[in-house]
Amino acid sequence: MVQNIVVGFLSTSIAVGTSLLLGAIGETFAERSGVMNLGVEGMMIMGAFTGFLTLVVTKDPWIATLVATLVGGLVSLIHSFLSVTLRANQILSGLAITMFGTGLSGFLGRPLLGASAQGMPAIPVPILSEIPYVGPILFNHDPITYISYILVPVAWLILFKTEFGLTIRSVGEDPAVADSVGINVYRTRYLCIFIGGMLSGLAGAFLSVAYARMWVEGMTAGRGWIVIVITIFSMWNPIRAVAGAYLFGAVSTLGYMFQGLGVAAPSEVLLMLPYILTIVVLLAVSRESVRKRISAPKSLYKPYVRGER
Amino acid sequence: MVRFGSFEMEFVKRGASPRYLAYLIPFVAVVVALLAGSVLLLVEGVDPLRAYEALFSSAFGTPYSLSESVVQATPLMLAALGTLITFKAGFWNIGAEGQLQMGALAATWATFVFAGYPPIVMIPCIMLFSFLGGGAWGMIPAIFKVKLGADEMLTTMMMNYVAILAVVYFVYGPWRDPSAYGNPRSPLLPLSSRLPVIPGTRIHLTVFVGLAIAVLLYVFLNRTKLGLEIRVIGANREAARYAGINVFKNILIVTLIGGGIAGLAGMGQVAGIFFSLPKSVSPGYGYTAIVVAWLARLNPLTIPVSAFLFGGLLNGGYGIQMAFAVPIALVNAIQALVLFFILALSIFYEYRVVFRWRS
Repeated sequence: MVQNIVVGFLSTSIAVGTSLLLGAIGETFAERSGVMNLGVEGMMIMGAFTGFLTLVVTKDPWIATLVATLVGGLVSLIHSFLSVTLRANQILSGLAITMFGTGLSGFLGRPLLGASAQGMPAIPVPILSEIPYVGPILFNHDPITYISYILVPVAWLILFKTEFGLTIRSVGEDPAVADSVGINVYRTRYLCIFIGGMLSGLAGAFLSVAYARMWVEGMTAGRGWIVIVITIFSMWNPIRAVAGAYLFGAVSTLGYMFQGLGVAAPSEVLLMLPYILTIVVLLAVSRESVRKRISAPKSLYKPYVRGER
Repeated sequence: MVRFGSFEMEFVKRGASPRYLAYLIPFVAVVVALLAGSVLLLVEGVDPLRAYEALFSSAFGTPYSLSESVVQATPLMLAALGTLITFKAGFWNIGAEGQLQMGALAATWATFVFAGYPPIVMIPCIMLFSFLGGGAWGMIPAIFKVKLGADEMLTTMMMNYVAILAVVYFVYGPWRDPSAYGNPRSPLLPLSSRLPVIPGTRIHLTVFVGLAIAVLLYVFLNRTKLGLEIRVIGANREAARYAGINVFKNILIVTLIGGGIAGLAGMGQVAGIFFSLPKSVSPGYGYTAIVVAWLARLNPLTIPVSAFLFGGLLNGGYGIQMAFAVPIALVNAIQALVLFFILALSIFYEYRVVFRWRS
């Protein structure tokens, strides 16, 4: 009995954490290249909306996931154009993306409210899912969750072990130096923001196509902001993002479980937990001393203008 | 230089930006955003011309609709003024929404505390409570920022979610009016807390408070030493530190005032519109306020105009929601589009853009 509860709890924590993990891997690319994208929430909800819309129309969860991923990438191009090409304020541009995605999906998504569709089913991994405890916790999920498992080491390898990763990080640290050795700063940033957008879109598809399997206006409920905090918490490292994402997943799950078990705490207080935890985590990782050791990409927030310093 | 095939675009830095841009850019941004919004209306199968005609007539068509636009503009103006003063100090406070909610909560509490007192005592007290409630909520991220280095965009945004849930908690929990079925809210507030209105309209005292604050903020920012210090901090925080300006103290002051002003917006909704604390005090005034402040180029005297424009958009949006069944989310999307175009066009303040075709 207790075992079942614990296994169920951990398995749900992973499911809740997956959208955060995908988003954080994507945001890591954008921030490593020196661009803060506060539009994760907007790109994620556009992914959730277009993913579910495609699912209802085509009945194919894979096409839905693909469309959501591409839409996330397309929305991110607005941020790239504004903040990279036109050197606009990255904070406001990201905020505008979030407002735009929330508004647009709420506007266009109304016919989908209450619609139901066969989402992406859970597919237990053969053999691995038979392992006691570990199997049901890790290997009895939908394919998007498995994609997130694979993306963690892949993203880490790209960022830290490839030429391209070195390019990204040097653009994020000092774009002028990168430019002087022949790196195309603008193209690198566009690409990283696009990767971030695609993964945010995929995270949205996970929510509407694989997890909730429905469309609710504003269903991302601030996850995009938590993603940004996890990115900082992870020190811009996809492997550390795993811990952050599942920690948040666990806290949210704990909230739902307490509610289900009839714990006498008001549900609003339980719903506040992830947001409060976000603030606490942010405070813990932001302390100047800690920050110096982990160091954010130095050109974060700063637009790059060739020939101006 | 940006190149698309044989098309070249180059930004050339200019000395001083021409004055007309300050009017032209906001105007163009709003017009283009509405044009883009018409594409959304077409997607929904609504004739944009008819929808916009209905939007404008229900926003500005009759004296009563004008007054309703002012009603919507009131919380926008206050929240935008509160946002503006923190932006001036380079503090990216996007927490006006939460500060507004806290102001509403504190104002409601004040009506319980001072129940039985006449309006002359009650109204100043609810204003003070809401100012302090919003201000305290605004100062917490400032402490987090200066003492621990936590990014204020993230903390203010998280605190918005917490504040909204706090209001829901009180409305469903301790302050629930058992006689209000279906639409949870607090009990009706004492009559003595109701703000005076312009007869025949719902325009309440708060709008005049807001206009006075706009003027006061202008004077404060441009004519006082503290205002100068705040602008120096906003321009370059490190330089301000070297110049001996106490950055922490100033940011605390700015967030107290800014949060307080946003808190007054919540007070106005509670004591001027709903006469109770409803579950949903604000449809996102605090976020729209950021667009309002940016459209006004962070000038307190321009805020009322920009707030009136967006109040009209919101009021008109409610109008076409009823007439055409167009969801109000359209207005949110248009607001974001305005911000996109403002941000995009702002490059012209600093640069000229030269286009070239290479044959």
